[in-house]
Amino acid sequence: MIQLAKSYFADQRTDDLKELGQGRPRSDVPGHVTGKTAYFADRTFPGLLHLKMVRSPHHHARIRSIDTSEAEKHPGVVRVLTHKDVPHNVYTILILIQVGPEDEQVLAEDKVRWKGEAVVAVIADSERAAEEAAAKVKVDYEVLPAVLDMEAALQPGAPVVNEYHGQNFYMYDSGECRKVRFGDVEKAFAEADHILEQTYWSSPIEHAPTETTGCIVVPEGNDRFTCHTNTQAMFFTLDNTSIILQMPGHKLHMVGGTVGGGFGGKVDVTVEPIAILASKLTGRPVSFIYSRYEEMQISSPRAAEKIVLKDGVTKDGRLIARKVTGYTDAGAYSRHSPYGAQKGAAHYPGPYTVPNVWIDTYCVYTNRTPSSAMRGFGVTIADFALEVQMDKLARLIGMDPLEFRFINAYRDGDMKAHRQKTEGAALIECMQEAARASNWPVAEKFMTMSSYKGS
Amino acid sequence: MAIWRGTGVAAVNYPTGMNLGGDPSQALVHSTPTGNFMVTLSSVDLGQGLKQVMAQICAETIGVPTEQVIIDTADTDTGPHCMGTFASRGTHRIGNAVIQAAKEARQVMLEVAAEALEVDAADLDTDGTGNIHVKGAPQKAISIFDTALTAHFKLGRSISGRGMFLVPRSFPETETGAMKPSTCYAHACTVAEVDVDDETGEVTVISVKNVFEIGRALNPRMVEQQLVGGSWMGISHALYETTEPYYPNREHGGTDFNEYLMPGPGDLAETEIIVLERPAADGPYGAKGPGEMCANPQIPAVANAIFDAVGVRVDTLPITPERILRALKEQRAGAV
Repeated sequence: MIQLAKSYFADQRTDDLKELGQGRPRSDVPGHVTGKTAYFADRTFPGLLHLKMVRSPHHHARIRSIDTSEAEKHPGVVRVLTHKDVPHNVYTILILIQVGPEDEQVLAEDKVRWKGEAVVAVIADSERAAEEAAAKVKVDYEVLPAVLDMEAALQPGAPVVNEYHGQNFYMYDSGECRKVRFGDVEKAFAEADHILEQTYWSSPIEHAPTETTGCIVVPEGNDRFTCHTNTQAMFFTLDNTSIILQMPGHKLHMVGGTVGGGFGGKVDVTVEPIAILASKLTGRPVSFIYSRYEEMQISSPRAAEKIVLKDGVTKDGRLIARKVTGYTDAGAYSRHSPYGAQKGAAHYPGPYTVPNVWIDTYCVYTNRTPSSAMRGFGVTIADFALEVQMDKLARLIGMDPLEFRFINAYRDGDMKAHRQKTEGAALIECMQEAARASNWPVAEKFMTMSSYKGS
Repeated sequence: MAIWRGTGVAAVNYPTGMNLGGDPSQALVHSTPTGNFMVTLSSVDLGQGLKQVMAQICAETIGVPTEQVIIDTADTDTGPHCMGTFASRGTHRIGNAVIQAAKEARQVMLEVAAEALEVDAADLDTDGTGNIHVKGAPQKAISIFDTALTAHFKLGRSISGRGMFLVPRSFPETETGAMKPSTCYAHACTVAEVDVDDETGEVTVISVKNVFEIGRALNPRMVEQQLVGGSWMGISHALYETTEPYYPNREHGGTDFNEYLMPGPGDLAETEIIVLERPAADGPYGAKGPGEMCANPQIPAVANAIFDAVGVRVDTLPITPERILRALKEQRAGAV
């Protein structure tokens, strides 16, 4: 199915590689197809305990009291954990690279901010006992008004979702949004022959990996803990666990291996810290593995986004102004969403050379499942909006959609809105090859264009 | 009521590595007494074949067959720090670290061979099949097997190397947004062909022709599996997937693979993958990261094809039969 189109950029390559450039079978495939590959959950340990989470049934509520006494008496229950057991209960993943503030409680203390938030962890001899006991935990809630959509969240006087932020958006060093300012968009709109303003929406989606998020923790004899995990980032997990549990990093040993699908869903640190704490407090191996329900509705999805694009074009096909306002629905907590919204600001106006650009991207808090990393976040939905908009603009001025893109495509040396010169461009060549492969009629002058500078 | 065919196009680019950089990865390489090479990492293979491509990169750099390289990874006790496997960074960041470590190990290996052959190390080269020889004089040679034994048991030298790769972090200027998001970008253009049933609102993707520019296809078969998988994921994103079908309403979310819709084998389109290679200046052997990019262009291409077929725009993802039927209804009402 794959075809290497070697005629493009042939002057930039020397085809003298021996081991690379060869289509070799993956060394792990025989293990996969014969069922011999070991995943973290294939391990068994004597005395293994199972952790199940009691979760919030409300979108937003104050916790008046938590009563675990009945759960603790349930047969098979070894330990019940609340926020009081977590040494440093408020965390945020990217604090490691100075993206704060810490804004999420490992186990909810005073409030729950989304339906599904973890409140109490029950550890028992069997999954069944843990689930039955979890149902006996009594949490007294005072239900609060919830903010479920971004527009309502940004209204003045909206209930505050997350007090650690104080307002319903992430505060960047640039203010309420990440900004890019290049040229003069208003002047260019005045000069444009056509202006098109459109709004695009997406809803959250799941990573839907075959293997759900989870880990198994084993206490070693030397006061260390070995955590068999399917995290996508071993040291993210180790370092965040070290902070949350106030446990020196040298006591932690993360062991990964083959992961049954990640797609960004396993970059969050949601199971390991609490499972390691459970193992420490019980002195026994502990397993915490998301059910399929938890994977679908509790683990972070891709953020919903709202994107408003306002473009100015000339009738001969030049895109001369692009104004973007992007909103990322972070849900109740940051996780990786402030990073994603900022990545969007770096991505617009797309792979086109536009002389006047205005970008504002917001990361908005709502009482929803926290969104986080997912394959392409910050860019995927932006590309949907940008490329549908390009199609609409081409039709608006009566131009072929592919030819309209050739006119505006970035080339080597072109200045981008974030003030980096374009290097290594290849959009034009991709479009040329796509036109050939699909027999899309494109004028000869576009088929002989090049991304190279000065060509 | 009829079935309408439409064609749509989309073109995209995608940055390699974490936005704004600042995401390090390290690698260590050492030889065993008999000349096999161990690469030690803490990176995670997500099923995309990271271990395989790192073995090939190490083998290419040292000059040995890939079979002689073993990857030991995903263990924080043994592997040096890696930021993680995400942001289309694995091949680029970790690959560069492996190259640096392998180059250092190769240099020691050649020095040991030079001592054994009583020649200058600069005059030596590898043949890629397990031997080191004097350039221009292939008969004056020593096997890597014997070189490693010599290093271990006669010279007391460690054939090993350390590698580290870091793109320095960029901090956006607050008022203008001046910043350096990435050092290299992958590219794509997709043409999608769809059939739209204007009675049921159902969309059938007939074909997707994907052209990807990825710097360098280090292992074309693994590139293929990633790009084909990404292309299917893009179609799924465009037409099927959501945890909240009536967002921002929280109800009706799927809780398992029966309720959470994704295309089945019968729903997959004829998929064509064409790869262009414009090597990245800072890529390992020119490679960029195509992992995320490859699932993006199908989404707008399918949306544009639907418009081409039936003349309605659905600007909300996913583009479900319900949304198409509502748009068609509005279109008909407007036409009266």
